[in-house]
This record gives sequence, C-alpha cells and structure tokens, in this order.
Amino acid sequence: MAELTYRDAVARGIAQEMARDPDVVFLGEDVAKAGGVFKSTVGLLEQFGPLRVRDTPISEQAIMGAAMGAAMTGLKPIAEIMFSDFFAVCFDYIANEFPKSRYMSNGQVKCPLVVRTGNGAGSRFGAQHSQSVENWCMMIPGLKVVAPSTPLDVIGLLAAAVRDPDPVIFLEHKSLYATKGEVPDGEIVDTLGTAKIVRPGKDCTIIALALMVSRALEAAEKLKAEHGVDCEVIDVRSLVPLDTQTILGSVAKTHRLFTVEENPRLCGWGAEIVSIVADEAFYDLDGPPVRITTPHIPLPAADILEDAVLPTPDRIVDTVRRSLGS
Amino acid sequence: MATVKDRAPGPADSGLNDDIGENKRLQLYRTQVTIREAEQRAFDLFLQNLVKGTSHLSLGQEAVAAGFAGAMIKGDLSFCTYRGHAHTLARGVPVEKVLGELMQRDNGLMRGKGGSMHLTSVEHGVMGSYAIIGAHLPIACGAAWRAQYKGAKDVSVCFFGDGTTNIGAFHEALNFAAVWKLPVIFVCENNLYMEYTPIADVTAVEHPAADRASAYGLERIVIDGNDADAVYRTAKTAYDKARAGNGPSLIECMTYRHSGHSRADPAKYRPEGELERWKQRDPIKIYRERLLQFGVAEKVIADIDASVRKVVDDATEACKAAPNPPLDIITTDVYADGGWAWRN
Repeated sequence: MAELTYRDAVARGIAQEMARDPDVVFLGEDVAKAGGVFKSTVGLLEQFGPLRVRDTPISEQAIMGAAMGAAMTGLKPIAEIMFSDFFAVCFDYIANEFPKSRYMSNGQVKCPLVVRTGNGAGSRFGAQHSQSVENWCMMIPGLKVVAPSTPLDVIGLLAAAVRDPDPVIFLEHKSLYATKGEVPDGEIVDTLGTAKIVRPGKDCTIIALALMVSRALEAAEKLKAEHGVDCEVIDVRSLVPLDTQTILGSVAKTHRLFTVEENPRLCGWGAEIVSIVADEAFYDLDGPPVRITTPHIPLPAADILEDAVLPTPDRIVDTVRRSLGS
Repeated sequence: MATVKDRAPGPADSGLNDDIGENKRLQLYRTQVTIREAEQRAFDLFLQNLVKGTSHLSLGQEAVAAGFAGAMIKGDLSFCTYRGHAHTLARGVPVEKVLGELMQRDNGLMRGKGGSMHLTSVEHGVMGSYAIIGAHLPIACGAAWRAQYKGAKDVSVCFFGDGTTNIGAFHEALNFAAVWKLPVIFVCENNLYMEYTPIADVTAVEHPAADRASAYGLERIVIDGNDADAVYRTAKTAYDKARAGNGPSLIECMTYRHSGHSRADPAKYRPEGELERWKQRDPIKIYRERLLQFGVAEKVIADIDASVRKVVDDATEACKAAPNPPLDIITTDVYADGGWAWRN
C-alpha cells in the first residue's frame, strides 16, 4: 500500500499495461520526452523506449487516426489528447470512425483503443481549456466513457479500458491530478460499467462523477452533521456502460435522487439518469429528481467567476435541504 | 522514381517495355474490365431502383485501382473512400458481395449495414471505405505504424480524390507519415472535379497533391492514371521503397470520371467536349491496344470480356434473388461482445 497522486496513478496505470502487453503503445503531444503537460506520463519513455512511447506533432486528427489504424490491425494504443476541449478538432474520429467501424463492417473491424484526456474546470483556463465534455462522448453509440475520481480508480479503470475490446474515452480530471489516495501494491484491474457507493445513506441518493464526487461527499458530511440528512453518494465512474442497477437500487432505498454534474446543463449525463429513474422507478420517488449542474454557459476564466458556476458543496447542501424541506 | 509529366489527352505511349509480363498484364486487364462492368451494372441497377441510397462510380478511373492493387502482395492494406467499389473489387472481393451491398441485400459484403460508401473486406485487405473526406489518411498511417512497430513488411495504401487535398487531415497525415517514416502510400486520384466544382477553381497550386509534396519532404510525383502499366510501375517502386523502410510516397494520378459525382448526377458542369476527349484515353481502350501491341490474341481479350460479363450477370441475378437483411442484425456488432448494451 502506498499513497499516490492521481497524476502518478496515470503513469503507473499505463506502465502496468505496457509491461503486461507489448502491443500496448502510447502516443500524444509532449507525452514522451516532456512526460506530459500535466506530468502524468513521466518516466514512460525511459521505461518503454521511443518505439512505444511517442511524441506527435500538434495534429489531433493524426493522433486519433493513427491510434485507430493501429488498433484495427492488432495494437492496443493509448492516445492522449492534451485537453478534452480539443476533441472538437478531431471529433470525426470520436463520432464517426472509432464507434461505427465495427457496426458498418458487420463486425469485421475492431477498434480496441483508449483515448486519455484532461477534462474539467478548476485551472482558470477559460472556456476552451476547462470544459467537461463527457456528454459529447456519451451520446455516441459504440463508445465507452469512463471518468475516475481517485488514484485507485485511475489505475484500475485504465487497465480495464486498455484490456477492453472497444474504444474507450478516458476522462481524467485536471483538478484531481494533485490529489492523493491509497493504492495497494501489485496489479490493479477494475471493471468498466460499475458504479460505486462511496458513502452509504438512507435519506437521499446523490450521484456524482470525477471532481464532483469529493464535493458531493463533503456536502453529505455537512448535511449529516448540521442537518441530520443521511445521503448516499454514488460515484458513477463509467457513463457507458452505465450501472443503472446500482442507481435504481439506491433510489429504491432512499426515494430521492440528486445528480451533481460539472457539464453545462443541456443534455448532461444526469438528464439521462433522471430519465431512466423516471421511467423505471417513478413510484419509488418521494419527490422530483433534481439536477445540480454548471449553468448553460461557456466557462469564465477568472477564479472568482469559475468558482461561482461549478457545483460546490455549499450549493449541493442548499439544494438538497431545500428539496427535502429539512 | 520516374516523374511522368501529365499531359493533355493523347495516344497511349507507355512503350513496349515488357517489364510487366503477359500474365500480369492480363490480370490488370481483367481487373479493369471487372470494375467497368460492375460499375456500369451498378449504374443500370440504380436506374431500376435496385441500387438504393447513393453510389459513387469509378467509371473511367479503373486503371488506378487495377495498377495499385496489381502491384500489392498479400497482406498489403487498402484504405478507400466512398468512391471505393473499384478498389474493393481490385483486391479480389467477389462482384456479388459488392453488388449485394449496393443493393442492400443480405448477401452483401456487410449485409447492408454499411452500404455503398463503406465497403470493407478485412480478409481481402480492404480495411474500409471512409465517407468523411480525409479521415482515412491518418488511419492508414496507424496501420503503417503497426507494421513498422511489429517489423511486418506490409504496406498501407490510401486512396482519395483531389478534393481531399484541401482538408486538414490530409496535411496532418502527410507530415505525420513523413516524420515517422511510415510504410504508407498516399494515392490521389485527380479526376479534375471535387463534386461539381473543378479542383483547379479552389486550389492554390496546379497539382493539388503533388505540388504539396515538397512541404513534407516528399518527391513530386504525377502520373498518367489512365495507363495501368504506368500506375503499376509507379506503385511497385513506391511499395519497394516503403518495404525497405524508406518512408511514405504521395502519388497524384491524373484521371477522369466518366460519370457524375454520385447517383444520377449528369455532370452538366463539365465543358462541352471534355468527356469525349478523355474517352479517347479510356483506360480500358488504352489497355486493349496495349495487349494487342504485345501480341495478345483478340480472342484472349474477348474471352476475358465474356467471362467478366458472365460473372457480373450471375452476380446480378444472385443479388436480385437474395433476401433483404433480417431485422435482428440491427443491434449486432455495436460493441465487441456482439451486441449493443450500454447499460445493465
């Protein structure tokens, strides 16, 4: 057991998989010699050499296409797109190529690859380097979409993503890179499509993802200590496949549902979860499901403005209290 | 590599250099005739409403497909565009499988799940036909990267039209391939038109692919794309270079599509007489003359024509008799487990 940062967990997860399987290769901008702009891939070039860990030009389409061509023909590439906002310049691969090649070819073409990317706000980078784009990916049939919230989950879910035979979008949260967590020694492999109850409770269910998980947990402690509300907090972890059984099971117990989403409001993942719960567990609910989101705006850069728009523990506490009338 | 200056339509002049040999020439001829007959049949079936959706024919461009495929060896990989029937057929995919997909029947190459623009036959090395302009150039780079990494000797060949040279992915892929010295060949089929607009009207240089080659440290290569021998020779040189670890090539083939861009486009945007001039340099006409020059008997040529016609006729009948795809394939192969489940 060792304490590891989320940043170092990325490198450890990649290293674990590259050491296991010589077909795992890694490419991206500044990932090799520089060790990544977030220093999350330090040491990989030294450990695995320049044939397997490769710096690319600033050519996101080339990165994505090369990953796909390699995946189709037998490798297991991990591609890094530095900021998830840059998905917009290579979205053809995310929307049209990775997820549709197997279907269109009637199962002939495979695409086992992982795209890692820095997602989310908190760095005061403004509207083009801070977005939460999980909903861009979740809406496309054929993709899998994962977003870990702890160092342990980074390693386990990354390993699961690399071993998965489908294209996986792996969203690392930039504001979590410096956070720390306990990680056991030895190989760590998790399972895609599994949510985790990170705090059991009986009065309401709060569902969160990535950076929002720690904020939901903080809010839950406050609600318990100051207002006697016992919240169950679920870390979704995997948007596709989605572990609806854990979510529905929790709602059946608590009868109230809240989602905490960093993405802008329209078509956020929480809307899909609320829709599923409304369809399948309507009579379990004692009140309307409530979505706590970033408002539907481009993200402002200034710290005071950015802090005002992302869901905070206080906003979660207030919203839950108001909704429960406690 | 020899750089052949393109020229105005004129007589076939590839010369009587018998470096290719009769067997290969007969194969190149048969491939071209197969493409011609199958594409013409696709057009006829479209007019009968039996080919559905859209289709982009390579009538007039057969020599490019035949020449490049003819110089490939087993294991080489083709990446095509939506105008990909020719390249698919040239790798030996049965006509029935191609026509079946165009007719959206259960006997089609992908059982109707892909359609005319996405012909794929991995067992034949046809790694897909891509309908988003430029998308497959980086993908071909990735397949070539795998070959380089694994020490395999296969070459990835990526076919695209003149219009592709003005999209970003073209430039990203060329730089990427050149920097990584990948065993990939980029083949521009310059048929003078994008969809309806002449490429010359919207491009800063005369040769949209070749004139950009120097920006990526590559040789400027323009060839007569209507002469299968010239295409074959150029392809062979480029493949040898790639297999030897000497990196990518960019080859611009001057050619002309006899039909419109897609479906029933009558191509009225073309100046009067242009089509007729190019038909004087019809690749199949050129190649028949070439075979005769080399002493191939008229009967041998006629027998190839007849046998190809029969293959296409039989394929047509088989496709007409084939059932529609069953509805239960709608949800198969979205994910690798064979299904489409996105939740538990």
